[in-house]
Amino acid sequence: MLDIKDLHASVEGKEILKGLNLNVKAGEIHAIMGPNGAGKSTLASIVAGKEEYEVTKGNILLDNEDIEELAAEERAHKGVFLSFQYPVEIPGVTVTNFMKTAINETRKAQGLEEMPAKDMLKKIREKSELLEIDRKFLSRSLNEGFSGGEKKRNEIFQMAMMEPKLAILDETDSGLDIDALRIVANGVNKLKSENNAIVVITHYQRLLDYIVPDFVHVLYDGKIVKSGTKELALELEEKGYDWIKEEINA
Amino acid sequence: MELKDKLVSSFLAFENTVDVDAAVHDIRSQAIKTFEEKGFPTKKEEAWKYTSLNTVLKHDYSIFSKEENALDFKDIKKYFVHDLDTYKIVFIDGKYSSHLSETTHEKIDVCLMSSALTHEKYSSIINNYFNKIAVQDGITSLNTAFSKEGAYIFIPKNKIADKPIQIIHFSTGNESAQMLQPRNLIVAEENSQVQIIERHQSLTDNPVLTNAVTEIFVDKNAIVDYYKIQNDNQNASLIDNTYIEQQTQSIASVHTFAFGGNITRNNLNFYQKGERIDSILNGITIIEGKQHVDHNTLVHHTEPNCESHQDYKGIFDERATGVFNGKIIVNKEAQKTNAFQSNNNILLSDKATVNSKPQLEIFADDVKCSHGCTIGQLDDNALFYMRSRGIAEKEAKALLMYAFANNVLESVKIPQLKTRINKLIANKLGVNIGFDL
Repeated sequence: MLDIKDLHASVEGKEILKGLNLNVKAGEIHAIMGPNGAGKSTLASIVAGKEEYEVTKGNILLDNEDIEELAAEERAHKGVFLSFQYPVEIPGVTVTNFMKTAINETRKAQGLEEMPAKDMLKKIREKSELLEIDRKFLSRSLNEGFSGGEKKRNEIFQMAMMEPKLAILDETDSGLDIDALRIVANGVNKLKSENNAIVVITHYQRLLDYIVPDFVHVLYDGKIVKSGTKELALELEEKGYDWIKEEINA
Repeated sequence: MELKDKLVSSFLAFENTVDVDAAVHDIRSQAIKTFEEKGFPTKKEEAWKYTSLNTVLKHDYSIFSKEENALDFKDIKKYFVHDLDTYKIVFIDGKYSSHLSETTHEKIDVCLMSSALTHEKYSSIINNYFNKIAVQDGITSLNTAFSKEGAYIFIPKNKIADKPIQIIHFSTGNESAQMLQPRNLIVAEENSQVQIIERHQSLTDNPVLTNAVTEIFVDKNAIVDYYKIQNDNQNASLIDNTYIEQQTQSIASVHTFAFGGNITRNNLNFYQKGERIDSILNGITIIEGKQHVDHNTLVHHTEPNCESHQDYKGIFDERATGVFNGKIIVNKEAQKTNAFQSNNNILLSDKATVNSKPQLEIFADDVKCSHGCTIGQLDDNALFYMRSRGIAEKEAKALLMYAFANNVLESVKIPQLKTRINKLIANKLGVNIGFDL
């Protein structure tokens, strides 16, 4: 589904990704771990289409189609979703209306009719229950005054609404207490199917107890330097990243 | 001939069309002298520092429309809030159109200034109110000198206008350049209520200069809501002078939606004359090209326990320029005043300019006064966030701008008008999504 080949990318002339390869198939969950500054969030932003990053070499293929030239919204229309590490506050736009606009704009781009209001409401009700979100919350301004945990839960609610093909969860566990983490992970697991894929970017192994990955990759200095199964995450948790750095520098 | 000289010499011709023995005419004669002395404002005056009338004054305007022009309702329907039952006072090239209007004398008076100025039965109201709060500057005096036609609205004690009133001024472009000087008088007596929607619309690209003066008197416990839609053609300029006097416990609001025109200058003055008064001044400005909108406001607090709320939002693209100059005066006696002022602006282009200047003159010591002004751009992170959810750049920008202006839009009390303004904004931003924020 997602095939990243020899990806080099820089921001303001500074190279951040230095030849990254990643292949994610439908039905898989991949975890990307790594120390601060390794390029994890950059990778997430580039796949989602943030313009300030410049891809200098390599390809990003989604279902064998190069999406490098596509705008962020066009990628979203093709099923790419990014759960933000720092969701943006948008005063004056309610959660509900934001979702209505997002879904209908996406449907329009896909050549579909707008979703009937009744179906929209039903979907909003269903998905907010899945994430245990209070109805009152939905008529508040998007992310404005939300706690860290509420923001993250709202991100996964949006994921549930958009039903993406490829979801990238950027540090979704940060700012979550254990109960919220469980709710969020449970939501993600319910959304998981044979037809979609999830890339989980995280610092810590904790989230992976709930969202169990098929593969774990270590991103260091702009490259995937080690890949393995979920046991690799446990090893990283126990030993930190220094042994990997040593392995590479050796 | 310069416009000023032309106007002064036209006064003699104007006198042939009015009753020079009426008391009102002394006021006009005095006013033309004041105008002759003071003339049009220039950038040398502090209050006009950022707004130059030079390019507007150079046209050879007709001062009086030569003929009566008619319009078909179907051609101009779109300029009315037509899905709303209202009284209508409609002018075509400065002349009253009875065909397009719907006036009344039942319980309330919704009619013409020309009637009010000439008929005996209105003389006590005219004597009590006409030209009592309009200031004696050059531009207002010019209007006063030629005051003859406009809207006259009188809501007697304890009466609530049964429907809103629309005042619309059309210019047909039959003259190569036209100057219009409507004069409105609105008196809302004790415990009365009225809602007014006003619009100036030119129907061609021929230059139009409107110098309007509106005096509004809001007596004890009365409520007046005034909505100004300024969405005129690119060669139409407007100097809109509004003076409002409020008595104890009255509420007056003026909403100004400035979306068009060439040069628009709003002089909006509130004079509070009692206690527990609330004055509300709201505005949304969305302009582009070389358009210019200048909001010059004054709120004068003279008695204790009163409030004023000013909220002006501006969005400026291309080379558009905006000015906000908000003056609040709190007299020594006006203790416990709450005066709030906020002016927020978004510049969509490097070439757009805003000058924002709060002026607070506070002589009382127990007051709450605040003012805030921001000038910024759309937040790139917010745009990326929205785009990553499938909302295209243009729509994402529009949604952010809607959100930005939304609290002003929310304060519009007439739902059909709110919908109309919503559509005007969508049109202006070039998007076709029905936001209901």
